[in-house]
Amino acid sequence: MRILQYGFMQRAFLVGILLAVITPCIGITIVLKRMSMIGDALSHASLAGVALGLLLGINPVLGAGVICMIAALGIEGIRKKLPRYAEIAIAIVMSTGIGLAGVLSGFVKNGANFNSFLFGSIVSISKGELLLVCIVSLFVLVMLMLFYRELLYIGFDENAARISGVPVRRINFLFTILTALTVSIASRTVGALIVSSMLVVPVACGMQMGKSYRKTLLYAIVVALFTTIAGLFLSYYAGLKPGGTIVLLEVACFLILVAVKTVKNRFGAG
Amino acid sequence: MESVSIKNLTFRYVDVPILEEVNLDIRQGDYVILTGENGSGKSTLLKLLLGELNPQQGTVEVFGKDPSRGFSEIRVGYVPQNSIDKNQNFPATVEEIMMTGLYQPIWRRNLPGKKYRKQIIQTLAELEMEKFSGNRIGELSGGQQQRVMLARALVGNPELLILDEPTAGMDTASLKSLCEVLDRRNREQGLTIIMVTHGNTRDFIGAGRLLKAEEGRILEI
Repeated sequence: MRILQYGFMQRAFLVGILLAVITPCIGITIVLKRMSMIGDALSHASLAGVALGLLLGINPVLGAGVICMIAALGIEGIRKKLPRYAEIAIAIVMSTGIGLAGVLSGFVKNGANFNSFLFGSIVSISKGELLLVCIVSLFVLVMLMLFYRELLYIGFDENAARISGVPVRRINFLFTILTALTVSIASRTVGALIVSSMLVVPVACGMQMGKSYRKTLLYAIVVALFTTIAGLFLSYYAGLKPGGTIVLLEVACFLILVAVKTVKNRFGAG
Repeated sequence: MESVSIKNLTFRYVDVPILEEVNLDIRQGDYVILTGENGSGKSTLLKLLLGELNPQQGTVEVFGKDPSRGFSEIRVGYVPQNSIDKNQNFPATVEEIMMTGLYQPIWRRNLPGKKYRKQIIQTLAELEMEKFSGNRIGELSGGQQQRVMLARALVGNPELLILDEPTAGMDTASLKSLCEVLDRRNREQGLTIIMVTHGNTRDFIGAGRLLKAEEGRILEI
């Protein structure tokens, strides 16, 4: 296939596949903790980091990563202060991120570079960025595999988890860092405005099919892999934006699965 | 040996006194039922025992330790009130939920998978729930879910079991099964049980102590 002969497409596929594996792994805990909008808040904060990076002349992905981590810790901090109103934390951090990104982007000279972070540019990933994505993805994956049980437990019942001896605070802190890292690398590739969907929609698909936590996660990864690979092919041949195409395919998968499940339930009940 | 020791405990929400100068000792093997009107301080007392709240005055000790520091060295089972309500669509099987009751930190995990499974099925069988091990938790009825939550709390063989309104929404069969298991574990294994309930206290056949929360005090009946 000609598409795979190009170096930039090979890099795009590799990055896409890595993200398709790690985003549902992060996403499942986010969804089960009822914090689906955290991806939005962090990705908007990452835009502020991108603008700051461009202004200071440092790698914008690094800038995004640092600001994302600060934002994620901010969310955890506010969530602890207002445990019954956790969504306020997300709204505050998202507003701050948008505000900062808006103000700082006004000072950025290379507007095109900044805009590439809005919808991502998976096909223009450099070798250095590819290496960064590989390292971060591997780290995130290993951590999530090590703390799989803790995350399942915290997602189900944070208080009962603490009573059973799960170091909830430390695990939440680690998870926050992993989320921030994932969002910052995904912002560069699929785009800050789209990363949240990549975290949530495959998990929503997995929840339509999986009976167990493990299967839900596996199905979510399969959906993410399928839509990423299909999205890259489709965007290449149809001349579409890859990030947007991938997310639209994910949403299409979700709608199809919901429709199939509804028909199945009705048919089964009738 | 004392499982729980409460000395001169006072707790207020803003200026409203909830618990005042409470002294209570619960010995190992005690089966205690705590009743009382809404707002009498039962839930606050449980939260203090579980380390969710800190005493403003006095001390609370569980097996000689401050519960707010966590229970990593003590095996405590906890059955929260209507815990599945907010997790009705949680994508996990009964077996996966049971697995959380056998939590061990990474560096201490040495039990082979088969042994875990055997322990889980045995505990589920105690509550006549073993045939549901592969079901998604949200597929079960309220009473069955509550039985699973009790099985989860028991699977790690705790030294202390704390239950918050475990019988809410339970049918007669589930209630009978729960009462029998609690009685047996208490008699045969010396499990210390502290249960808050609004239900009929006579259902809990093995309970040896009945406490009532009233006007900030914990009274022995």
